[in-house]
Amino acid sequence: MSEQETHGYKVGEPIKDTKAPEGPIEGRWDKRRFSAKLVNPANKRKINVIVVGTGLAGGSAAATLGELGYKVKSFCYQDSPRRAHSIAAQGGINAAKNYRGDGDSIYRLFYDTVKGGDFRARESNVYRLAQVSVNIIDQAVAQGVPFAREYGGLLDTRSFGGAQVSRTFYARGQTGQQLLLGAYSALERQIAAGTVEMHTRHEMLDVVVSDGRARGVIVRDMVTGEIETHLADAVVLATGGYGNVFFLSTNAKGCNTTAIWRAHQRGAMFANPCYTQIHPTCIPVSGDYQSKLTLMSESLRNDGRVWVPLAKGDARKPADIPEDERDYYLERIYPAFGNLVPRDIASRAAKNVCDEGRGVGPGGLGVYLDFADAITRLGRDAVEKKYGNLFEMYERITGENPYEAPMRIYPAVHYTMGGLWVDYDLQSTIPGLFVIGEANFSDHGANRLGASALMQGLADGYFVLPTTIGDYLAGATAFDEVDEEAVTQAREAVQQKIDKLLSVNGTRTADSYHRELGKLMWDYCGMERTEESLRKALERIPELREEFWNNVKVPGDPEGLNQALERAGRVADFFDLAELMCIDALHRTESCGGHFRAESQDQDGEALRDDDNFAYVAAWEWGEDGPTLHKEVLDYEYVKMTQRSYK
Amino acid sequence: MGMNLTLKVWRQNGSSDEGRMVTYKVEDVSPDMSFLEMLDVLNERLILEGDDPVAFDHDCREGICGMCGMVINGVAHGEQRATTTCQLHMRHFEDGAEITIEPWRAAPFPVVKDLVVDRSAFDRIIQAGGFISVPAGSAPDAHSVPVKKDDADAAFDAATCIGCGACVAACPNGSASLFTAAKITHLGLLPQGQPERDSRAKAMVEQMDMEGFGGCTNTGECTAVCPKGIPLDTIARMNADYLKASK
Repeated sequence: MSEQETHGYKVGEPIKDTKAPEGPIEGRWDKRRFSAKLVNPANKRKINVIVVGTGLAGGSAAATLGELGYKVKSFCYQDSPRRAHSIAAQGGINAAKNYRGDGDSIYRLFYDTVKGGDFRARESNVYRLAQVSVNIIDQAVAQGVPFAREYGGLLDTRSFGGAQVSRTFYARGQTGQQLLLGAYSALERQIAAGTVEMHTRHEMLDVVVSDGRARGVIVRDMVTGEIETHLADAVVLATGGYGNVFFLSTNAKGCNTTAIWRAHQRGAMFANPCYTQIHPTCIPVSGDYQSKLTLMSESLRNDGRVWVPLAKGDARKPADIPEDERDYYLERIYPAFGNLVPRDIASRAAKNVCDEGRGVGPGGLGVYLDFADAITRLGRDAVEKKYGNLFEMYERITGENPYEAPMRIYPAVHYTMGGLWVDYDLQSTIPGLFVIGEANFSDHGANRLGASALMQGLADGYFVLPTTIGDYLAGATAFDEVDEEAVTQAREAVQQKIDKLLSVNGTRTADSYHRELGKLMWDYCGMERTEESLRKALERIPELREEFWNNVKVPGDPEGLNQALERAGRVADFFDLAELMCIDALHRTESCGGHFRAESQDQDGEALRDDDNFAYVAAWEWGEDGPTLHKEVLDYEYVKMTQRSYK
Repeated sequence: MGMNLTLKVWRQNGSSDEGRMVTYKVEDVSPDMSFLEMLDVLNERLILEGDDPVAFDHDCREGICGMCGMVINGVAHGEQRATTTCQLHMRHFEDGAEITIEPWRAAPFPVVKDLVVDRSAFDRIIQAGGFISVPAGSAPDAHSVPVKKDDADAAFDAATCIGCGACVAACPNGSASLFTAAKITHLGLLPQGQPERDSRAKAMVEQMDMEGFGGCTNTGECTAVCPKGIPLDTIARMNADYLKASK
């Protein structure tokens, strides 16, 4: 049988050009900045750019494009651009400042990120990210972001998973909030200046592609229900990740795939959809009404020690279990990194000990994260200063006091490394459609290191996109008028989908389907995947989708605020994405980073890559009769491909 | 066995509708549920019964985005201190309790539907001056200006405001002073915020008045309900900055 028959996809032409400049890696970004065409300031005022999403990437991009003088329209589904889920990032932001003099450098951050991504990221992009990281800290401090400081008045840093240097800048446990409010303040400044027109409570439902270029978006005004068309010379998607395909994740409830999925259906390739990150330190599920999972920053692993009882089914209270009957399994298995091993390794190790029957808490789906030693060593006050708000959050949710008893934690879906394929300029395969932040696939390979999401979002938004989009927009004055037919067709597609959802009038809610889909994805395409589980998922997803479209019940009208309708539309797109994720996971028979195929592991149970066959980005092209795979081969000129070892 | 509760929920179909309290029974509520999960359960049932589910704002459900907010038994975000509605758990309620649920009520926050209100006035207050003017790429090295740790910590405390609007909902005057003061304090405590300190205070206070928020009479209800515990003395600082700027 052909590959298509066994896996449900075709193989197309490889992707040859990523537009990354050649030459020594240190000089590539400089080279690109110099070769990028500039836009005449007088013309910028006539050029329209749409930015969808107002998280770190979208907020900083819209603000910066406004500062540069473009006419910007910004959209978000929340009631204010200050609320996107970047705000919930707790731990910090990496930057190669080497303020500690502990041996950090741009090259080391680059190296750590490529290695941490399990050799599935593009070297040129990652090097640029490390270079730009230092500018982000400067920018944020100048904006008034109140990073933690030492008594001398200089910035404090801490170490984070996957790194042996102290390069993570933080603002107590609310770094994402402070950085987002910085970007938000810059954005509001541009709104006041009239360069950015803000549209809150608007959800993007399609891209307008005219003459092969992205020229606008179709959005729904979530208050009136009106379907609107907004045209522009380029469109930037900064709409975040798709972790909510699992229903339960640490994402905000509104996070969804609709914007990137519709762009995918319009011709933007989707890269590495199966690369999902499971975060090791989340609060375990408490019941079947659970609506989301809450992450506890992995910075907790700096001082907390992870353990489970040595014996299976040990039901004693943690305090009653003596030291020699505890298994500090991360310290035992990975003596060099101990509790600071990368996320995927820590998550899988937790799953393994729970599978062995040594898990703690309800259902045995939890491990302890214990601060007793840290409290003895540093004192309760010092621990409270560092982690106070996280401890409070834990107590609020569980009703248990982590100063007295160890926290219980369990892995949860947290971040998606996959996303729309972009070239070095962050442009998708639709000319004029740029994708930034978590919505693209570019910098984290198969696994993202802690404190690198904030870095990438802001690198893309403040520094990379504003440069590269200029090269594209320099030709904008010669663009043709937008084809009216393309607009009509996109609007009709949006309207039809809404009408259809409202007309089914079945017997189950969209949420109940979403829960079922999420459970299926967690069981079959979650922390551990097998050919068998993925084939099961690929059998079940189309059946469930079919049932959804014939039996979902969406109340109300297309007009006015209708939150059930919003949710149903997002669930519909999650079904399609889930299928592509499973196809991608099935085709990638190796394990790498966050993608663990049980068939591909070494004798210690670690992920085993297959570099001969899979050192490529899997970029999927959408098609009515199934996807087509385009491979972008990854070359490692600088970091030698090795099996990751944190032992 | 879970708890059985009686909810009295404000239902209002748009700003021109008069609005009314509607009673719903919810049964078998787990004490480990969050308040919003309890409402999810109600809404799932309403949808299947062919009723209109209760509209409410929410997003992160971990107490940081500031999107959720309702007046629960007369208190913004409920009686649990320093807690957003999404972080409020049902273990704090008694079995058989009657719970009233209303939207933020303030003229500058018109009701969109049920418990959803329009808080865009807050964004306009920030637009008036809640920023430091520093275009991307123009910043000096982060260590070029040391900041006293105490100042940085105090600035952070003020900067933790999540913009939820509980302060306005709790204030008998419908004042947005705590929100506005938090931003003025955050930026005013940092060396980077000094060049625009006067103009910022003046513009933001004036915008706050223009939006129709009431004045502050030091009642302190705002800080009592603030999920992030923004202290009342930020308002004193705002007033001092405003006075100095107005001279």
